Amino acid sequence: MPVPDGGDALVVLRGVDKHFGPLHVLQSIDLTIHRGEVVVVIGPSGSGKSTLCRAINRLETIDAGEIVVDGRPLPAEGRELAALRADVGMVFQSFNLFAHKTVLDNVTLGQIKVRKKDRKKAEERARTLLDRVGVASQADKYPAQLSGGQQQRVAIARALAMDPKVMLFDEPTSALDPEMINEVLEVMRQLAQDGMTMVVVTHEMGFARSAAHRVVFMADGRIVEATTPDEFFGNPRSDRAKDFLSKILHH
Amino acid sequence: MFDFLQGYDLLGAFWVTVQLTVYSAIGSLVWGTLLAAMRVSPVPLMRGFGTAYVNIVRNIPLTVIIVFTSLGLFQTLGVSLGAERFTTINFRLAVLGLTAYTSAFVCEALRSGINTVPLGQVEAARAIGLNFPQVLRLIVLPQAFRSVVGPLANVLIALTKNTTVAAAIGVAEAALLMREMIENEAQLLLISVIFAVGFLCLTLPTGLFLGWVAKKAAVKR
Repeated sequence: MPVPDGGDALVVLRGVDKHFGPLHVLQSIDLTIHRGEVVVVIGPSGSGKSTLCRAINRLETIDAGEIVVDGRPLPAEGRELAALRADVGMVFQSFNLFAHKTVLDNVTLGQIKVRKKDRKKAEERARTLLDRVGVASQADKYPAQLSGGQQQRVAIARALAMDPKVMLFDEPTSALDPEMINEVLEVMRQLAQDGMTMVVVTHEMGFARSAAHRVVFMADGRIVEATTPDEFFGNPRSDRAKDFLSKILHH
Repeated sequence: MFDFLQGYDLLGAFWVTVQLTVYSAIGSLVWGTLLAAMRVSPVPLMRGFGTAYVNIVRNIPLTVIIVFTSLGLFQTLGVSLGAERFTTINFRLAVLGLTAYTSAFVCEALRSGINTVPLGQVEAARAIGLNFPQVLRLIVLPQAFRSVVGPLANVLIALTKNTTVAAAIGVAEAALLMREMIENEAQLLLISVIFAVGFLCLTLPTGLFLGWVAKKAAVKR
C-alpha cells in the first residue's frame, strides 16, 4: 500500500536517544509518521521497539532528541502533557482495562473526565465504538469477565473514544491466545482502512504485510530499515533483517 | 449480682466511646488518604512531609499525643477547637489526637494497597489524558481501598480500643467510667468482664462486617 496522498508529518522523531542504565535502548532515532499512515515496527526482543512506541506519548522519557506531535514538541509534564496524551491513543500488550470499572465505564471515563462530554453523549459514543469492535453485548461486564481478545478490543474502543490523532499499539496481540489474535487484528485492519494514523509494534508479520504502509525494522536500538512491506519482506537489504526474517519465516 | 451498676451510666459511657471512634475514624480516613496521596505524589516536598509525618507520629505513644493535645495545645497554646465547655473541648482534643495518630496507620495501609495496583492501570489512565490527581482519585485509590479493607478493619478495631486513652484527659468514655467503678465498687473481676464484653460488642461486629465487605469489594483481575 502506498502512503496516502497529502499525508503531512504527524509524528516526528529527531535524534531520539534513551538509555536504561548502561543499555542504549534508542540510538539517534529519526522517524517521521505521516497523517493516515500505518507504520509497523518489527524487530527482535530488546531492540527498543516498545520503548520507541511508549516514548511517543512520553510513558518513557527520552534523554536527547526531539519528538513532535502534530507540530508541537512533546511537553515534559503537567496539563499540556495530559492534553497531548488524550490526543494519542495507546493500546497495551496487557490490555490494562480499569479493573474496577465496567466495560462501558472504561470507554466513557476519558470522554467525561478529559473531554468533558456529558454522560449520555459519552455512553452513546461508547456503545457505538463497542459495537464497532464487536463487544457491544459485554458493555455491563467487568474486564475480568471477558476473554483476552475481547478485553483488547475494549481497550481499542477506549482509546478511540478520545478521538485520537494517532494510535499507538504496543504488541497488542502478544498476550493473546492464538485463536483470539485474529479478532484483534481484524479490528486494527479495519481502523487502518478507515485512515487512522497508526504505529504498531508487533510480531504479526501477516498484519505487517497486509496493513502497513511502511515497515520499520529495529535492532539494537537503531532503525535498520524503513521501507514498504513488499520491499522489506521480498528484498531486505541489511544482513540483520535477512537474519531476522530467515528465523521467523521458515517454519 | 449486678446491683452495683446502679447509678452508673454504662451506656452513656460507651456511647461516648462510639462517638470518639466514629469521628476519629472519619477524620483519620480523610487525613490518612491525603497523607497517602502525598507519599506517592511526584512533588518531593509533599513526599517528604508525608514520610516525616508518618514516621514521627506512629512512633510516639498515643498517650503522649493525647496528653499533648490537652497540656500543649489547649492549656499552653489556647487551642479550644471552637468549644467552650470543658467536656466538649476535651472530647474534640481527643478526636484530634486520635485522628492525628490513626491517620499514620491508615496512610500506611492505604499505601500498601496503592502498591498492589498494577503499573499498567496507571499507564492506561495517563494514556487517555488523565492528570495526576485524576489518576489517583479515579483509578488508583478506588482499587487500593478495595484491597485494604481488611487491614483498615484492623486499624479501626485498634482505634476503637485506643479511644480508652482519652480517659487520660478526662473524656467520659468507657475506660474512665471503669476506673471510677473500680475505685468505688468491690467487684473488680466483674467490672473488667463487663467492659471487656462491652468492647467486644463494638469490635467483633465491626471485624465481621468489614471482613464481608473486603470479600465483596475485592477487585477481580
